Amino acid sequence: MTDAESAVAEAFRQEWGKVVATLIRMTGDWDLAEECAQDAFAAALSRWGTDGVPDRPGAWLTTTARNRALDRLRRTKTEAAKLQEVAVLSVPDEPAGWGESGVEDDRLRLMFTCCHPALTLEARVALTLRTLAGLTTAEIAKAFLVPEATMAKRLTRAKHKIRDAGIPYRVPPAHLLPERTVGVLAVLYLLFNEGYAATAGDDLLRPGLSAEAMRLGRLLTALMPDEPEAAGLLALMLLQDARSAARLDDDGELVSLEEQDRSRWDAAKIAEGIRLLEAALRRQRAGPYQLQAAIAACHAEAAQASDTDWAQIAQLYGELRRLVPSAVIELNRAVAVAMADGPAAGLTLVDELAAGGALTGYYLLPATRADLLRRMERSDEAAASYRQALDLVATGPERRYLSRRLAEVGG
Amino acid sequence: MKYLLLYAGDETAAGLAVTEETAAQPEEECGGPWAQELRERQIHQLTGGRLMPTSAATTVRTAGHETLVADGPFAETKEQILGFDVIECADLDAAIYAASRHPVAVLGGTVEVRPFLQGA
Repeated sequence: MTDAESAVAEAFRQEWGKVVATLIRMTGDWDLAEECAQDAFAAALSRWGTDGVPDRPGAWLTTTARNRALDRLRRTKTEAAKLQEVAVLSVPDEPAGWGESGVEDDRLRLMFTCCHPALTLEARVALTLRTLAGLTTAEIAKAFLVPEATMAKRLTRAKHKIRDAGIPYRVPPAHLLPERTVGVLAVLYLLFNEGYAATAGDDLLRPGLSAEAMRLGRLLTALMPDEPEAAGLLALMLLQDARSAARLDDDGELVSLEEQDRSRWDAAKIAEGIRLLEAALRRQRAGPYQLQAAIAACHAEAAQASDTDWAQIAQLYGELRRLVPSAVIELNRAVAVAMADGPAAGLTLVDELAAGGALTGYYLLPATRADLLRRMERSDEAAASYRQALDLVATGPERRYLSRRLAEVGG
Repeated sequence: MKYLLLYAGDETAAGLAVTEETAAQPEEECGGPWAQELRERQIHQLTGGRLMPTSAATTVRTAGHETLVADGPFAETKEQILGFDVIECADLDAAIYAASRHPVAVLGGTVEVRPFLQGA
């Protein structure tokens, strides 16, 4: 790669979202904005090699894309295009005032618009990846295991919905901001988990989704410095991602947290995650992401599995359950209680959950029950529960883990 | 933009059913308190109101030169159309706000928010 090519590649990573976001504000036309951003990066490839890399690559790209938009609108010559052209000419490069919520950045506008609740969750995820992260339609389709034509249709439909339904291009006003922020965070965390759940055998694009989610998480944290949940989510993603190298063994088998080689955890990511989390918690507005990050931090800070502060984790799950009532969280609390107070205490909670019926059909319920019974040396009952769990789980690593445990209890 | 707010719900459910009491409520009339509250946010009700129950509905179709008239709504559904409003406002967020504040939504009904065809 030449210097100019690597400069364009770097600019693409840094500036794509910004160029598209600015062009959408200027033209109000999502397709035109994307096409002109593409043209600008193509122009950079040919021009930066001969003219040198500009001092402010982002400004160069935005200006080039804007001029390209004006060219295209002038050539179209319809009434609508003429109006658009006038609009583009009258829009300043940076909006003058500050919005109601005190935050005005085109990328933040774009993020909130992409994650608007009037769009389907699938559309929100796809739009975020296309317009903010700059993934191609083919890449997004591959990452979500759908044909490219399907993904292209999904993106087109979403852009038409934004235009036709009048979804505003802005950061929501103060009274809407908290609930809409929750929506943006949910899309980023979903992206992260899509990537995180993928294993080394899967296409490399899926793990790439986690990296994109963290990059967007960094951006959101920088753009919303007063929102502790944004920092909490970034901390949570970093702390989880720090363990990714130790999650699978050399044969691609899932390694439980207890058995992971902690020397393979990424110390730099853990340190950054904990630093972010502590700063967020000082704002005294703990939310679900900060609590989950705090739980992840309890694990990350234990040099060995036996050092884990399970009482603290159980308490954090208790707080989390108060904010987000959920049977899955309660199951996790039961595991922590079992580790802090012994398997019998955990089993009582698991059996209460099973009686409640909310987790019927969820393999981790019998799997957790089986692990507790195994630790209480009630092998026959443990084996029965492992078999129940195996009946409910489809995919590879989890299945093999349960089969291994079942063999251990002699089932 | 111009939006239609279409209210749906079980017309026999408590709160949504038309009674003498609800019929007398100015809340849902054109220009009532709901519309007044919205005006402060630059959302304007152009027309609308609650409808009589589907027992008062008549369906009309044509076949050639013939007009076919039948008793009842166009489709028998679990939820019925309870009323509608046409509003003029800046964007979808404003329309969502208007829908969320309407008595039908507050009382457990559903509101479909639809933009009009541009130029309509």
